Amino acid sequence: MSLVQKIIKRYPEGRHKSALLPILHVAQAEFGGWLSPETMDYVASILNIKPIEVYEVASFYSMYNLQPVGKCVLEVCQTGPCWLRGSDDIIQYISNKLGIQPGETSADGMFTLKVVECLASCGSAPMMQVGNNFIENLSVEKMDDVLKKLRETHNVPSPDYGSPYPVNKA
Amino acid sequence: MATLYIDNKPYEVKAGKNLLETCLGLGLDLPYFCWHPSLGSVGACRQCAIKVFKDETDTRGRIVMACMEPVADKQRISIAHPDAVEFRANVIESLMTNHPHDCAVCDEGGSCHLQDMTVMSGHNYRRFRYNKRTFQNQDLGPFINHEMNRCITCYRCVRFYRDYAGGRDLNAFASRSNVYFGREEDGPLESEFSGNLAEICPTGVFTDKTLKEHYTRKWDLTMAPSVCQHCSLGCNTIAGERYGELRMIANRYNGEVNGYFLCDRGRFGYEFTNSDLRIRQPFISKFPVTKQQVLAEVATDIKKGKVIGIGSPRASLQSNFALKQLVGADRFFHGVSDNDHNIADLIVKILKEGPIRVASMHDVQQADAVLILGEDLTNTAPMLALAVRQAVKQQPMKKLAKANIPAWHDAAAKELLQDEKGPLFIASINTTKLDDVATATYHAAPDDIARFGFAIASCLDRSVPSVSNLPGELQSLAQRIADALSNAERPVIISGASSQTQSVIRAAANVAWALHKKNKNTGLAYTLAECNSMGLALMGGHRLNSAFDAVMNGHADTVIVMENDLYRHGKAADVDAFLNKAKKVIVFDHIVHRTVEKAHVVLPAGAFSESDGIVVNNEGRAQRYFQVYECHEPIQESWRWIVDISKFENNVGMGWEHFEGLTRTIAEAEPLLRDINRVSPPASYRIAGQKIPREPHRYSGRTAMLANINVSEPKPPVDPDSPLSYTMEGYKGLPPSSAIPFFWTPGWNSVQSVNKYQEEIGGSLKGGDPGIRLIEPNLKSTLSYFTELPEPFVPMKDHLWTVPLFHIFGSEELSVLGDAVAKRAPQHYIMINALDAAEQKLSENQELAFDVEGQLYRLPVKISTTLPKGLAGLPYGLPGLPNVELPAWLIYKK
Ligand code: SF4
Ligand code: SF4
Ligand code: FES
Ligand code: FES
Repeated sequence: MSLVQKIIKRYPEGRHKSALLPILHVAQAEFGGWLSPETMDYVASILNIKPIEVYEVASFYSMYNLQPVGKCVLEVCQTGPCWLRGSDDIIQYISNKLGIQPGETSADGMFTLKVVECLASCGSAPMMQVGNNFIENLSVEKMDDVLKKLRETHNVPSPDYGSPYPVNKA
Repeated sequence: MATLYIDNKPYEVKAGKNLLETCLGLGLDLPYFCWHPSLGSVGACRQCAIKVFKDETDTRGRIVMACMEPVADKQRISIAHPDAVEFRANVIESLMTNHPHDCAVCDEGGSCHLQDMTVMSGHNYRRFRYNKRTFQNQDLGPFINHEMNRCITCYRCVRFYRDYAGGRDLNAFASRSNVYFGREEDGPLESEFSGNLAEICPTGVFTDKTLKEHYTRKWDLTMAPSVCQHCSLGCNTIAGERYGELRMIANRYNGEVNGYFLCDRGRFGYEFTNSDLRIRQPFISKFPVTKQQVLAEVATDIKKGKVIGIGSPRASLQSNFALKQLVGADRFFHGVSDNDHNIADLIVKILKEGPIRVASMHDVQQADAVLILGEDLTNTAPMLALAVRQAVKQQPMKKLAKANIPAWHDAAAKELLQDEKGPLFIASINTTKLDDVATATYHAAPDDIARFGFAIASCLDRSVPSVSNLPGELQSLAQRIADALSNAERPVIISGASSQTQSVIRAAANVAWALHKKNKNTGLAYTLAECNSMGLALMGGHRLNSAFDAVMNGHADTVIVMENDLYRHGKAADVDAFLNKAKKVIVFDHIVHRTVEKAHVVLPAGAFSESDGIVVNNEGRAQRYFQVYECHEPIQESWRWIVDISKFENNVGMGWEHFEGLTRTIAEAEPLLRDINRVSPPASYRIAGQKIPREPHRYSGRTAMLANINVSEPKPPVDPDSPLSYTMEGYKGLPPSSAIPFFWTPGWNSVQSVNKYQEEIGGSLKGGDPGIRLIEPNLKSTLSYFTELPEPFVPMKDHLWTVPLFHIFGSEELSVLGDAVAKRAPQHYIMINALDAAEQKLSENQELAFDVEGQLYRLPVKISTTLPKGLAGLPYGLPGLPNVELPAWLIYKK
């Protein structure tokens, strides 16, 4: 909460709605990696705005999950350059391998697959983001390996679900 | 002026506008989606691409969005350049990738901007082979239907709903090809202007749900220019019929009055015309009779009896005058409460004898400072509230010029102005829906509002009687308001009849007059109670209580009541006594109400859609509505019944036969109405020898629709009253502005075709905006300030000063008889302040028994923290709630 207050203070009186994006990140990290309607209503009450104003923003950005997610969220870029370099094959491969469609979470609760737009790493396309890390120069061949590693390193969910704001759980 | 070369042809055009509106204004076809004349440009859809060239030698040019570029002198542009054409074809193709192509089952089909633009941009074949995204729709309440799959994400809906109309509950969700426009969950749209979404949305996402109940393609409607009957503003409408039933009300552009929009009461209130309560035949002693029988009965009654006539503020000038002529001027009474009568007279006096020109709705929109005294506009004159909402943008907009940003550049303007608001001050009884954009508000009893108004006036001009012992902070607020008004270029003062208190109206006049001494551009506007309250006030007539007295004292025994439920204007006990005493009560109306139930003779009158008539709005603008369809025998206008009666009686008639003769007679007899001849073209008017068709040329089923009754096509009815025909044949070009039955031009089947009917985009209609203003100010006015300063309001122990509270859905008599509007009407209640509630130990919804002026009530309590202490609010006009003249004291009944 003190972090939230600090963020709010960055914006002038009467413009506290501007704090919405960072606070949603904090809230997402705090409440299990996704934003439930209750969480969003709570954020609305903190900023003294209408819940609908939170929903419209939260639903716009792919960084916010409006459904529960797995321990490890795979955000595969599907924009032009990555697509030219075969991102759709990667997505298809993950999809087949884990038996999930984009937006879904594997039955074991390990992986969530998301497709997102350009993450500004086109030079090393195709790529995906996992938590705070980029995994670049992907190929179908490498995917088994990548997923295996992720299964090991992400067995415990990262404490901040990729939030740019480190959350101190203690 | 500037010279603009479009595809190498020179045009003289106005500088400063954008290229899109300029091209459209010249009558050229250029497709667009996200731009709208009242919303400005954001350059989002990319559909309006054209080529701009550096100079004559530049052959390559560059693609720009026409809506985002201002006109420059000697500029060369091309709409037809192959690059631009190809660009636009690509844009529409991509906008259409997710569109369901379900025109055949879409309510918008045939009058759809998306269809028109798709054809115009030349997108014929679908190449995109992937799945379309699909959405779930929402139940948005009784007015608007939702079909999200059809969305092309132009964002016009939210820009209108939120930015223009101040709604909060419609948003854009998600991103990319999943953008969703809707509410956070199912539920009625809260805005009072939601119906405009049906016209603002260029596709079939938002459509009119009441039309869906009895759906007809818009090209299959018989349409006529009409005028809204549901408040005093007189918004212009198009009314459409099929199979003898009114099916749709749409906006009819009038640059001075309602512009592009209507409120939901005006758009959806028409359903009353199809209600089960309609009177469809004559009755004598509750038994249906023929036309001949009823005429014989009434003619004898009139011959034998001592007759008086009671007119109506919701009937046309024609019907009111015909009645006045039938019974004689000294036996004609206005059918409104004496308080309403006095208020209307006072307003006419102020506007006619004072020096200030009445502000039209357009003037209010342009105002750069607004003061509202005593009105909850959203509920009493809704479209005026929408105009005020635009006025608060005027002051900040002055910054745009300095920053070199044209006013139409909505994206840049928003960025610079950051929601900044100009001066708007509201003094009202309780909170209003405009408070969110107000600079300051003051909630008080009507007399205190009047005192506050006097105080503002005396800050402006010391010769206005000053108000002693006003609390310090109010005095300084009054000074602040006076300063803001003095600093404005075009200030407007708004007040009206709804507080039912004359001192409030006088206070508004004082402020406006004091301001006028400093600034000749000051505007003044009053709202009145009903659609023709002003017209009635301009036509002489006596007070209702005198009518009651006449019968009670035996001076009269036969009463003709025309299109009026007296129980809405008088106290139930008085009306009961009056109707019981009268030997014969004859009522003309189209709808059953308590007065009709007490009548001996009932004659079925035409509703507005079945009638020709002129009404005068709050601005003093006389406007004509045309009969939309031939009514079913024996329904006819009250004025036509009257001429029939007069002929039956003595074969003399009234000296006129049809609308025109009657209107001429009125103009000759009534000095204040002498200009009404000019309101619409004469019945003999022809263009190129042709009439103006009420039906589009695509109208279908003329032979087939009645084939179950008769296989040969019926002869179309003849209209003796107007140059409009009841068919699809006739002149296809632009009719005179006062007689536009529908908007259509080649290639433009949707309402957007209105562009081609305007002198300049967003300006007046070609030939001038419809309506004739009957009230012009007296520039040499010697009227001096009102001096009747009321005493401050002092609460009384065990009493509450009861004032009327208005509801857009519910307070107006006719609209609430339609299903859709009825669904939005509130339950009965009595509103009191939390402190009073605590004193009386009342809790929310607890039943309270009380007495106002001898009228007993038993109503659930609504507790408010904003209604001033010592007051009670009684909802005005809700069906089933007894009327009593307010304001008045309420006494608790134990
Ligand atoms: S719903 Fe209609 S107005 Fe709104 S963005 Fe979609 S097409 Fe445009
Ligand atoms: S503002 Fe009044 S006149 Fe205009 S549409 Fe609404 S009810 Fe009708
Ligand atoms: S396109 Fe994938 S990172 Fe830019
Ligand atoms: S109308 Fe010009 S970009 Fe949409």
